[in-house]
Amino acid sequence: MIVMVLAIGALYSAPNLYGEDPAIQVSGLRGAEVNTLILDSVVAKLDRAQISFKKTELTTDRILIRLNNSDDQLKAKEAIGDSLGEKYVVALNLAPATPAWLDAIGATPLKLGLDLRGGVHFLMEVDMDEALNKSFTQMEQDFKADLRGEKIRYRTIKRDLAKEAIRVELRSEEDIETAQDFLEKRYQGYSVFEDSSTNEFDLLVKMTPEKISEIRSYAVEQNITIIRNRVNELGVAEPLVQRQGQDRIVVQLPGVQDTARAKEILGATATLDFRLVDKNGDLSAALNGRVPPRSKLYKDSKVGPVLLEKKVALTGDHIIDASSSFDEYGMPQVNISLDSKGGSKMSAFTKDNVGNQMAVVFIEYKKTDKQDANGKFKLKKVEDVISVATIQGRLGRDFRITGSGSQAEAHNLALLLRAGALIAPIQIVEERTVGPSLGQENIDAGMNAVLLGFGLVLIFMLVYYKKFGLVANVALAANLVMIIGVMSMIPGATLTLPGIAGIVLTVGMAVDANVLIFERIREELKDNRSPQQAIHHGYDSAFSTIADANITTFIAAVILFAVGTGPIKGFAITLAIGIATSMFTAIVGTRAIVNATWGGKRIEKLSI
Amino acid sequence: MQLLNLQDTIKFMSIRRFTLAFSLLLIIGSLASFATKGINWGLDFTGGSLIEVSFDQSADLQKIRAVMDEQGFRDATVQNFGSSKDVLIRMAPMENADKTTADSKMVGNRIMESLTAMDETATMRRIEFVGPSVGGELREQGGLAMLTALICILIYVAMRFEWRFAVGSVSALMHDVIITVGLFSVLGIEFDLTVLAAILAVIGYSLNDTIVVSDRIRENFLKMRQGDAEEIIDTSLTQTLNRTMVTSITTALVLVALLLVGGELIKGFATALLFGVVIGTYSSIYVASSIALGLGISKEDLMPTVVEKEGADQDPMMP
Repeated sequence: MIVMVLAIGALYSAPNLYGEDPAIQVSGLRGAEVNTLILDSVVAKLDRAQISFKKTELTTDRILIRLNNSDDQLKAKEAIGDSLGEKYVVALNLAPATPAWLDAIGATPLKLGLDLRGGVHFLMEVDMDEALNKSFTQMEQDFKADLRGEKIRYRTIKRDLAKEAIRVELRSEEDIETAQDFLEKRYQGYSVFEDSSTNEFDLLVKMTPEKISEIRSYAVEQNITIIRNRVNELGVAEPLVQRQGQDRIVVQLPGVQDTARAKEILGATATLDFRLVDKNGDLSAALNGRVPPRSKLYKDSKVGPVLLEKKVALTGDHIIDASSSFDEYGMPQVNISLDSKGGSKMSAFTKDNVGNQMAVVFIEYKKTDKQDANGKFKLKKVEDVISVATIQGRLGRDFRITGSGSQAEAHNLALLLRAGALIAPIQIVEERTVGPSLGQENIDAGMNAVLLGFGLVLIFMLVYYKKFGLVANVALAANLVMIIGVMSMIPGATLTLPGIAGIVLTVGMAVDANVLIFERIREELKDNRSPQQAIHHGYDSAFSTIADANITTFIAAVILFAVGTGPIKGFAITLAIGIATSMFTAIVGTRAIVNATWGGKRIEKLSI
Repeated sequence: MQLLNLQDTIKFMSIRRFTLAFSLLLIIGSLASFATKGINWGLDFTGGSLIEVSFDQSADLQKIRAVMDEQGFRDATVQNFGSSKDVLIRMAPMENADKTTADSKMVGNRIMESLTAMDETATMRRIEFVGPSVGGELREQGGLAMLTALICILIYVAMRFEWRFAVGSVSALMHDVIITVGLFSVLGIEFDLTVLAAILAVIGYSLNDTIVVSDRIRENFLKMRQGDAEEIIDTSLTQTLNRTMVTSITTALVLVALLLVGGELIKGFATALLFGVVIGTYSSIYVASSIALGLGISKEDLMPTVVEKEGADQDPMMP
């Protein structure tokens, strides 16, 4: 069993020996596919530029091209460059050079933390006050419009800050009843009750706690979606965008050095416009350069060339929600909800335009390769028409777009529509950037510390316990291999600088179990027991001590992991794994070696 | 080879009044230092910005300070970090800055730009920015982590051994934590997240030591027929002394390795742990054991569970 556990540990730590290949990664944006055609054109470009490569890989979402060195990597990126258009992102990556047979059993190398790889870590906070503010404003507007529509007369409707509610002032007791009835039926997730603290006819409308947490959750989810989209634009290999706690988002961009640019792109807002297709304009004339002054030509939009009026019918900030579903014929559709103001604007606008085509324009800010006087990368406004649909009738607050293609495309469109209406702004509350030179230095320093510490302990143990020290050293080496093996096996575990410190510390403390056993054996020998008996007793009586001591340390490690963040977690993981593996190697492992060496023989003296 | 070849029992407990006074003195000293000097909290806890820049030649701190003044960061501290070519610039969090403006987030990038303009060999090594709210939360979380760890350990040791040992070992842990943090306060070394991790590791280490000693005391209470509590504790400490020393030495060896070659970022961590190992070894002998002794530990308290069950209705407070 020991041999098996060790073999597995060694097997899974093996990928770390192979290092990484510099690679170029090509992936599609907004549903654009990568396929063999793209791969062929990329390979053709590399051939033309006379760049040799090791291997190409095509998976469902990306093309990976392994290159011989990092010089070639940069050249290849230039060669491929922007030729694939804006729908594809070309990024530099480091692909693990794990042999296929190791890869097949799921053995992957350790993931390095940002402090070792270099890169940016952002912690962003979603402004929840703003999200709630918006909801209140929304409620105010909607109530006004709806009560008016129902012909229920009210004096005022405004937000009551102290009571965290919307106060609806009415004129009579009857109105209160009808209004309460109506509002309760019309709106889900609110509690409507009469304000008993005043003598007026006042209703208070409060959001239920579930509704509030739904708003919070939605605000975070939406921001995560938008950030993911933008991170993809940045062309970063293996980015991480993750929710942390109630209202925070962690963004990690390995390898990104220019944090100013990253921040600008992450912070830029995407917006949406609804505009009318210019039905009088001549598209072919416009394509030849004669664009009517009232219109704008979108030549390579997602839906093909299209001529749109410059006048904006409605801006995207009126969108409250957008989702995809199926219509009565089973075709995908996108449902859009507008706020009340947007609803009346839309209604007024579509009234005169039934039968005409309306387009949705998605506006974003993208990085360019041009730099301004300060060396900053300029942002360019990119507009793309993401949908064109015929107005079937007068539209209100809720309407739908059909015929937008496949279900995936409808889903994508809904996502983009939502992105246009950011519920809550985000701000960066924490930033950590590690330059590439520091990352490499940290790796070197960490490795040196591990080697030096390991060497010192090996020498000490050998001198102090002689042959038994050698046994302990074998166990210690096995322990180190197993820690790395287990770390590589756990998918979420990343190695950080504090993690390396944890490994170093474990090396120092791992020998403790053996020290306990060996000191016991020495004591037993002093009590004039035979060597065999001494070994037997030594292991047995040290066991409970070792278990107690390690379990308590393990408790500390688990708590560190539960409460700590980032770097602390990295330390806690290695410490906890180290405790588990060191107990195994020290108790089971060394006993096996000792038994094999000294077991079953008559010995007069032990080398301890 | 053996560190100490002891034939006789060392009378550890005979000087326990003296060591208790010594420990109290250290604790009072630490607390006094918290009150007067305070703790030099790192960026992780206070919030603010930090930039590490390296140059090809020795950095001219005066010039950098001038650039910082020019940029309007008068309260920035500029100092060397590790070598004369590396510079660390710190700034307190900007309290008045509007949190939504790009200004407060872009501080690091702006400074980097003006430093590159001053000397083009300037390369960014790291930029850190921590919002004041995040810093405060971390401090709370850190304290909470420490407290939870102590309580869990108290419960485990009380279950596994006896409440007197539990009180003894947790007192020893608190003793170690207070004095280690006290050292950081007295010397004014920066207290950041890695130091907090180190302190929690000290808890783990010191506990390891204490458990080993307590385990032996329990064993000897059951095994040795004669001798009072003090003698038995002395014998146990003497028997485990070699192990205590060897483990402390191996741990100290790797920590010295970390301190020497582990790099600047890990220095605080290694310092805290190295000191913690020394103080933890001392406390497992003189704090944990002598408190258990002071609380009146006796043979009857440590009888196997079968016996305890029969007397379960007895007040455990009775000696």
